Amino acid sequence: MSNLSVLADAPILLVQLVVSGVLVGAIFALVAYGMALVWGVMNIINIAQGEFVMLGGYAVFYLAGAGVPPLLGIPIAAAAMFVLAFALYRAVIHRIVGRDMFVSILATFGISILLQQLANQLFSADIRTLPSGLPSLSFDNGLISIAGVKIVGFVAALVVGSALFLFLRHTRIGRAIRATAQNARAARVLGIDTDRVYATTFALNGAICGAAGGLVAMTWFVQPYLGLTYTLRSFMIVVAAGLGNLPGVIVAGSALGVLEEAAGFVLGAEYQTAFIFLLLIALLVGRNLRLWRQRKYLR
Amino acid sequence: MDMAVLAGIGALGLVAPWAAPSIVTQLAFLWLMILFAVTWDVNGGQMGYNSFGNVFFFGIGVYICALIQRDSGLSYYPALFVGTALGALGAAIAALALGPAILGIRGHYFAIATLGLSIVAADVASAWEYIGAASGLTLPLFPGAIGNRNRFFYYLLFALAAITFLAARALYRTRLGLAMNAIRDNEDKAEAMGVHTTRTKVFAWCVSAFFLGAAGGPVGNLVGFVDPRDLAFAGATFGVWMVLMAVLGGKGTLWGPVIGAVIFHVTQELFWTYLLGWQRVAMGLLIVVIVVFFPTGVVGWLLRLHGPRKRRRSTTVATSAP
Repeated sequence: MSNLSVLADAPILLVQLVVSGVLVGAIFALVAYGMALVWGVMNIINIAQGEFVMLGGYAVFYLAGAGVPPLLGIPIAAAAMFVLAFALYRAVIHRIVGRDMFVSILATFGISILLQQLANQLFSADIRTLPSGLPSLSFDNGLISIAGVKIVGFVAALVVGSALFLFLRHTRIGRAIRATAQNARAARVLGIDTDRVYATTFALNGAICGAAGGLVAMTWFVQPYLGLTYTLRSFMIVVAAGLGNLPGVIVAGSALGVLEEAAGFVLGAEYQTAFIFLLLIALLVGRNLRLWRQRKYLR
Repeated sequence: MDMAVLAGIGALGLVAPWAAPSIVTQLAFLWLMILFAVTWDVNGGQMGYNSFGNVFFFGIGVYICALIQRDSGLSYYPALFVGTALGALGAAIAALALGPAILGIRGHYFAIATLGLSIVAADVASAWEYIGAASGLTLPLFPGAIGNRNRFFYYLLFALAAITFLAARALYRTRLGLAMNAIRDNEDKAEAMGVHTTRTKVFAWCVSAFFLGAAGGPVGNLVGFVDPRDLAFAGATFGVWMVLMAVLGGKGTLWGPVIGAVIFHVTQELFWTYLLGWQRVAMGLLIVVIVVFFPTGVVGWLLRLHGPRKRRRSTTVATSAP
């Protein structure tokens, strides 16, 4: 808590927290957008979302070890995760589409444990970092410094996000995805192969997470157990923004990034994740209480 | 027939440590698993509130008992029993305090909120110096022979699991049990029919929490060391296992969780023995297979096997929540 007085003495630090928070928030928003896509189209909450991010991070890390520059590694990681997510859909996920939400949560929870333990066995539990080789930018006589890699991550997240947006809006399969999200039965009647739409959606989500994972590896580190925090962050962003609300996802992602940076600074890093999850519970309870007055509940 | 089965299991539980003294600890954990599955099913299966964070209450029990043993100055046995009782009470009070807010959330939002709850607890417990932070707490040594120690905790957990099962069985036979089932089947209609839904939900959660909290003290002492993430708030193991065991046996049935816990525990011990290093990977695979292919569990499968005639007479299996 002593850092609170530091913040009061030097309010300029707040600028750093906000800028840095908004920059990393874009990565969170990217993962959350993937979750919202799967949730909205397939009615599945993918608990393995964070594990996809983790695997994307490892892909970029090992590609960098083989001499591929990280920014080039990101599209390759995305492609690899596209294939993996497609395979997962064909093996497991297509069996739980349309089933009870509890089944899908528990099944994807199982997948998340499977991937996380597989990563632990194959890549070991060591924390891996990827030197970005980018300088930090300093302003105001070095009082504010923003890591260059965060800016790169922010720009890359924006590029991936806009590409996705255009894809959903203008391609044939993108329109089919949106039609299925609106009304799967009507889409089927109109001749859309919904199974293929689901497979594409899930694979697309894998690719988004793979790209985000590369950015995570560049900005922070990769480690087999980092998945669950990303899953819950995404869930929180989607709950705050609502399904199918892209601007909302970006705003909520940035807000979460800023809050997290601030909490990490004020409370200390050991309470940072606890703070995120407490915020998640508070958000759910708060939203639910608002609906409660109208005899409704979150659904 | 029911009484005969209960008496048979009770007799088996009493003689087991003498019949198989080398695996007393594993058998004690078997009773713990049964307790986990039964308490989860009280709100997950019977009431349709699928909590992923019930391990939270277990952790509260572990820590309260460990702190009483460390700080109260009582000698071993009084401290253990006072700690266990206070652990149970503390967990129930936590459920009572959090229940009205959290149980207002439904469906998957409830599942994720409770998951968050158990992770917050794990994070706070591993950062809070007073309760040992990440290095955990070491519990006092048992004042007796090693063999007696394991047998003592075996009987303690056996008694707790038996009491939990009988309490759940009694609860399901009351009006309150019916009210819980009504909430599972359609909460809005249940409320319209005059069921005090919030009160019922909070009560059922308190029952779960009470027995989970009571199990905390003995388990902490049996292991001898309290680790915030691997024992007390072990969301990735105990937290998921309790859900899985109930689903495996058949959630929403009286015997399902017990059967599921036994099958699961035996499988898990085999995994740990024969799949060096890969046991957790196999566990993840097992979860996916069980959930995707056997969502109604063993009891649901047996009921289906015996056709619709018998199904009508026995407890219905919850295949899907509304």
